[in-house]
Amino acid sequence: MVRYIGQRISIAVVTVFLILLLLFLMLELMPGTPFNDERLTDQQRDVIMEKYGLDRPILERFFKYMQLMLKGDFGISYTLNKNMPVSFMLGQRVGVTMSLGLQAVLLGLAIGMVLGIISALKHGTWLDSAMSMIAVAGVSVPSYVFALFSLYVFAFLLRWFPIRYNPSAPGLSGVLPVISLSMFTIATVARFLRSEMLEVLGSEYILLSRAKGLRESAVISRHGIRNSLIPVVTVVGPLVVNLMTGSLVVEKIFAIPGLGGLFVQAITVNDYNVVIAISFIYSVMFVLVMLAVDILYSVIDPRIRLSKGGPA
Amino acid sequence: MNPQKAELFGFASEERFRLADQSSSIGERGFIQDVWIRLKTNRAALISFGMVILILLFSLVAPLLSQHRYDRGMIEHQSLPPRWPVLERIGVLDGEGKYQEMGLEDTYYFFGTDTLGRDIWVRTWKGTQVSLYMAFLAVVVDMILGMSFGMISGYYGGVIDLILQRIIEILNSIPTIVIVTLLVFVLKPGILSITLAIIIKGWIGMSKIARAQVLKLKEQEFILASRTLGSSDAKIILHQLLPNIFGQVIIMSMFSIPNAIFTESFLAFIGLGLQPPLASLGVLISEGFKSFLVSGYMVVIPTLVLAVLMFSFTVLADGLRDAFDPKMKEM
Repeated sequence: MVRYIGQRISIAVVTVFLILLLLFLMLELMPGTPFNDERLTDQQRDVIMEKYGLDRPILERFFKYMQLMLKGDFGISYTLNKNMPVSFMLGQRVGVTMSLGLQAVLLGLAIGMVLGIISALKHGTWLDSAMSMIAVAGVSVPSYVFALFSLYVFAFLLRWFPIRYNPSAPGLSGVLPVISLSMFTIATVARFLRSEMLEVLGSEYILLSRAKGLRESAVISRHGIRNSLIPVVTVVGPLVVNLMTGSLVVEKIFAIPGLGGLFVQAITVNDYNVVIAISFIYSVMFVLVMLAVDILYSVIDPRIRLSKGGPA
Repeated sequence: MNPQKAELFGFASEERFRLADQSSSIGERGFIQDVWIRLKTNRAALISFGMVILILLFSLVAPLLSQHRYDRGMIEHQSLPPRWPVLERIGVLDGEGKYQEMGLEDTYYFFGTDTLGRDIWVRTWKGTQVSLYMAFLAVVVDMILGMSFGMISGYYGGVIDLILQRIIEILNSIPTIVIVTLLVFVLKPGILSITLAIIIKGWIGMSKIARAQVLKLKEQEFILASRTLGSSDAKIILHQLLPNIFGQVIIMSMFSIPNAIFTESFLAFIGLGLQPPLASLGVLISEGFKSFLVSGYMVVIPTLVLAVLMFSFTVLADGLRDAFDPKMKEM
């Protein structure tokens, strides 16, 4: 157990190091400098490069950079908000993205679980096929298509919700973004839980609990649902990835001042400290979630750590 | 023996014959034929297959037949709504009178024009070509990179497997969006950086499947027999293992198609993919989005094509998997 967790953690640490190295090297290879102003003379450019420490040897820069990144000091913005510390720019936006993401996950889990359980219990009926169709649509139709569609129908045509997101008091304006973000979660969880639950319901311990005369509702809730929920932990990884990419487009569509919007903006104007900072945050978040999922799953289900090196 | 029992036995033996019949015919028919016969019973998958073929045909033929070009438009024809020759008589897709206002009685833009006067019909099908290229790329990357990586890792095992699996774990922990961003940063936004991103990350899922299959197969007698007869590792991998997992791999690779199509359109939508005047469905949706409250058709049409394409590929992949082997559902 300890060995397994230790192995997972060391992989996570190596990954974070590699990501840092990658981010650093990519920017070294990038054509041009952040100071592409035509009016700068060579001397002026040298002065600026020195000011930001861009003239030091590459190894020295990398270690200094790694130190700063891990402390959460991402330097200052070069072009987007001149000389504003990146950590300050992020601080304003992380909260918005996080709260939307969290709401979307919770909503998606709740609805997805209900749909999955219902279609497993009503297996083979029209209700099951209808829900399977919805689930396939949720997995295969991109979140921004949902976002655009809901914006057009519910905000523009029917005027039930505001078109733009209001960051200080989300209220109704947060409904559509959260729903569009959670579509993928709903679909994935529903699909996964359905097949898992069908397998559990066909197992021998369910037969036993029926045979010993438990009420059907107790069989379903105490044995069926509980045991099918365990493997749902494994789909959390892909869900987090989807929330990240989803937030980029959903934030663009609903004009939400979050991390995703800033990311896209920063890329288009070559503001590389901002891009690096957000890439780093995304990667670390992702690595942490994967680590948590692995550890959590091995705690819940001992078979995982016992079958060492088995097929993933 | 009472009649009830006889019926029971009769049914059982009939069933057995049916099963035996089926299994013998699998050997006689080819793999593709066999999958096709089972796929035919799945109506949803069949319709999806038809849609994919239809979209493929349109994307290849429509830009050639049209008199308009995807990258050039007439600025005086800007923002014209869709207009169809026959349907306009019954009041749908009639161009909303804008054609008559401008004295273009004989002009028909099936999907309308964009804000620069470019024909959306041609741009949509031209853009669909990019999506289909992504689909093709996803399968090729799965087949070449994913399959060989997984087979080597599974077949050799030991230290090689350990190292390759750690590489996969680390690659898997880097979000795709970060890789794409860095590529876009270093190269330029465009088809090259997306292609590279798919090559870097697209094959990981498939390598796991191929590895699991090889782990299962390599313990079986026919591999042992082949090794005893002195076959080299390369020969065992290519002549014994490959034919046995190929069908499964090609069907599972269908599942990476929607994801690859999505990646391209998503990047184009946020401005990191193809750049106008090039057309892809993502580019069109992104352009249409800017004026979608005024002219909804500009975003609705490419969005619909994208959604139908991705939906069809998903349903088709599901159907193919079920047709190939219903037991694979769990994977």
